[in-house]
Amino acid sequence: MSSATLHRTVTVLNPEGLHMRPADKLVRAAAAFQCQIELERAGQIADCRSMISLLTLGAMQGCELVLRASGPDADAAIETIGHLFDSQFNESSN
Amino acid sequence: MKFSVFISPKAIRSELTSSTKEGVIAELVDALVSAGDIKADDKDDIVKAILKREELGSTGIGRGVAVPHTKHASVEKLIGTVGVSAEGLDFESLDGQKASLFFLLVSPPDRPGDHLRALENISRQLRDDQFCRFLRQSKTADDIQQLLEEADRSQFGS
Repeated sequence: MSSATLHRTVTVLNPEGLHMRPADKLVRAAAAFQCQIELERAGQIADCRSMISLLTLGAMQGCELVLRASGPDADAAIETIGHLFDSQFNESSN
Repeated sequence: MKFSVFISPKAIRSELTSSTKEGVIAELVDALVSAGDIKADDKDDIVKAILKREELGSTGIGRGVAVPHTKHASVEKLIGTVGVSAEGLDFESLDGQKASLFFLLVSPPDRPGDHLRALENISRQLRDDQFCRFLRQSKTADDIQQLLEEADRSQFGS
């Protein structure tokens, strides 16, 4: 079991940016994992388990973030959360 | 985006009286009508739209704070207000806590960036315990307005 920190770059594809609904989905997804999960934008770090923390990123469409996870299930967390970004959080544009 | 850009001072309410989600939202939208920021004719439609948004997932973001909001074609710029409830009420927040601080936002449909920048500012200030505590302790709308001005001058948070 590795406790190394894994990371990948994710891009906010949603036209409205990382607003409350996607942030809510992130928090719920992160809650299923034991590892620590963070998002970083230009040196600013947000905890994926906190809605308030995620909203401080003010991440608009096109914004690149570093997704970082450390802990026993970091692998799966990166995969699941990375997929949320890639799939625009399953949001239909409105 | 500073509070002074989007919070309507005359619509700030330090003593919300409702004990339900619907009630608090109606009270704050009413406050925006009284302040002249939205038309009385649009009130019901805006309240309905905000409640519809709540059905997609609560806007209770934690720390006893909720940010009910909607887009509405009747506003030309992002407009918002702040309300404090002494008792707090169930807002179905993610963390299960009662909500007692409310930031209600109405934005034009084509300005998602402004909405995001307002959320960014609100959440940055909320990370500061002192800001949250002072906001809850505010007795008057003037107290709240002063607190927001101090926050705009970066007295709190980062």
